[in-house]
Amino acid sequence: MYVADSRGTPAAPADAARPGAGRRSAIAPTVFALGTVSLITDVSSEMVTAVLPLYLVTGLGLSPLGFGLLDGVYNGFSALVRLVGGHLADRGGRHKTVAVLGYGLSALCKPLLLVASSLPLIGAVLAADRTGKGLRTAPRDALISLASDPRSRGRAFGVHRAMDTAGALLGPLTAFLILRQAADGYDAVFTVSFCVAAVGVLVLLLFVPSRTPATALPQDAPRASLKAALALLRIRPIRQLTLAALLLGLATVSDSFVYLLLQHRLGVPDRWFALLPLGTAAAFLLLAVPLGRLADRLGRRRVFLGGHMALLLAYVLLLTGWQSPALPFLTLALHGGFYAATDGVLMAAAAGHVPVELRSSGLALIQTGQALARFFCSIAFGAAWTAWGDRTALGTATAVLAGCAVGAFLLRPSAPETKARSEKSTRPEKSTRPDMKARP
Amino acid sequence: MTLRNKILVLVAALAVLAAAAAASVLHAADREDQKNRPRSDGPRVTAGTVSLRPGSGPRIVFRSMAWGPHRDELATVAAGDPAGPRTASGVKCLRFYAAAGTGVCLQAERGTMTDSYRAVILDDRLEERAHYALPGIPTRARVSPDGRWAAWTVFVGGDSYAGTNFSTRTAVLDTRTGQLTASLEEFTAYLNGVEHHSADTNFWGVTFADDDRHFYATMATGGHTYLVRGDLAARTVTSLHPNVECPSLSPDGTRVVYKKRVTGLPADAPWRLYALDLATMAETALAEPRSVDDQVVWQDDHTVAYALAGDYGTDLYTVPADGTGKPSRLLTAGLAPAYLP
Repeated sequence: MYVADSRGTPAAPADAARPGAGRRSAIAPTVFALGTVSLITDVSSEMVTAVLPLYLVTGLGLSPLGFGLLDGVYNGFSALVRLVGGHLADRGGRHKTVAVLGYGLSALCKPLLLVASSLPLIGAVLAADRTGKGLRTAPRDALISLASDPRSRGRAFGVHRAMDTAGALLGPLTAFLILRQAADGYDAVFTVSFCVAAVGVLVLLLFVPSRTPATALPQDAPRASLKAALALLRIRPIRQLTLAALLLGLATVSDSFVYLLLQHRLGVPDRWFALLPLGTAAAFLLLAVPLGRLADRLGRRRVFLGGHMALLLAYVLLLTGWQSPALPFLTLALHGGFYAATDGVLMAAAAGHVPVELRSSGLALIQTGQALARFFCSIAFGAAWTAWGDRTALGTATAVLAGCAVGAFLLRPSAPETKARSEKSTRPEKSTRPDMKARP
Repeated sequence: MTLRNKILVLVAALAVLAAAAAASVLHAADREDQKNRPRSDGPRVTAGTVSLRPGSGPRIVFRSMAWGPHRDELATVAAGDPAGPRTASGVKCLRFYAAAGTGVCLQAERGTMTDSYRAVILDDRLEERAHYALPGIPTRARVSPDGRWAAWTVFVGGDSYAGTNFSTRTAVLDTRTGQLTASLEEFTAYLNGVEHHSADTNFWGVTFADDDRHFYATMATGGHTYLVRGDLAARTVTSLHPNVECPSLSPDGTRVVYKKRVTGLPADAPWRLYALDLATMAETALAEPRSVDDQVVWQDDHTVAYALAGDYGTDLYTVPADGTGKPSRLLTAGLAPAYLP
């Protein structure tokens, strides 16, 4: 059973020391602090994302066509930066420092948008912004995993992802309210976005402890290096998890295609098109915590696979061409449910197997593998759509996803090894209690 | 640092940042407010009746961007005195075009949660005949010479995390029957003689012929753009020539003027205006040295008009369509012109 990583671990010492800690331990303050940082940062970044098309077209009078071509390059680049961020964070346990760098870099990009007035310059600023995002993701997830009780890690990641998504939903609303006060006030949107991002960095600096467990590592702990990170793949559960994530990622059609398919197959009216991502985000927000808890109870692998089953069901619904007003809602709920059951859950599952000293690198490795697999799937799906039409392409994706799901299921790790790894990796976690001596 | 001090630092920083944020919003609001007061050196605009009816004298109808209470309204000026006083209609449009008493006005509609956009078909008194919801930000609008067909293009943004992913959607409407083709992607496309299916196909910038059946437009796929000729009856588009964006057909139907992406130019200003002879497919560069990102409008069989950035947003310029002469400013603070007889 996959849940071995939580059940097989002796009760975390932290729990014993905390009065009133019952069967379910509370979410660590660090997780809430990181969730708050993500919420604030997402308000900041999504308010820019929401107005960027409008700004380019009506504010600067630019044609943004062809700009999308760079998107794929950014995503590939961002995946590589994530590996670098993970590695830097592990060296000397500098998770917080690297996270601050990442969040800080993205914050500084906001005022730069005020002065960038041509597509290449704006492209460069957005690339820097994504570099920041790539740098911070793995150390942040490592901090969440290190600060939370292994038994409730799924819930901790669920809480974080829900807060993150709440910010993503609030961002466009904030931008809209500003443009209500000042039509064409894009400079005000960028300025406010910077102020909000600065608050996020400040919360990170003040309320997330800087000391990470790596400082409490035994002397014989292997030094973090890219070689050591790659050697993680020799650990069977990690290799299996990465393979499963890769396999399933290969059959995960990108969001844009899902929305386009919804529109093509179900005739979603044009004016609702822009709202489709909000449907996914709302379902993700509502389901992240319950599905995270479910993952803690039932096993993260089961819930992770279950999430892909939800995606598979969404594909099948799109394929049947069954016409009903409820269908877009159902499809988006399944799509959001897929994210809620996989995004944080995968990190919670991975954290159970990656040793503390390589936590960031290990998480980054799995995320990057998954991201690259999804990127590859998008390209292949686009080509299949071109060659065979949307229905056949989706049918193929559905078949591939079903096949990959079976393959991922067969990759289940053996329990004894899982237990051994998790005991080792969870040992130093008592030192993750937030301490009040964090550097400002 | 103690928790108390941390909270003090956070509260102090919040106060400073909130003040900066509020100041930037107020500053932007104030700047916006200034645009509602006429500028002494700006064009004179007065409210009045604007008609699209042919035979009321040669005039230009366009979106007036001059500061003052009539900003962004459709306005007319005499074609013989384009810098003269303007008559504003009270109808606001982002993009506009008109022919033979039919107007198409792409406008923003303020909602409670977000702005939405719509295409409004106007009669010759600028009264609304029909409207259609738009899936994105308006960019091009055209009406066929006899006023029967209307077409428009919008930019459609991708999902929230890929905010830089754009595509266009072009719709064609038969204003007589109300039959709407929501996307030209529904048409059968032929690229270099071969039927073409691709998810990345985009269309923009329709221009109608005067036979009530054919049109020209841009088709983009695989990172290239093409001039396509469309057939409204057969519902097909056929590629004719590469590297053509936003074509505009001359009144006599022999040439298109379009923006061409010229290699070696900066990525943010890559276009130059060219004329293409449809009989010989010979290209001629026009005498406008600046990058033009607009679908030109033919003033007559010899001259085209187009927008370039200016103090009030955009100004309108004209240049001969045969590569001779030089550009001259038609009027300031204007966009999306249509010539009415």
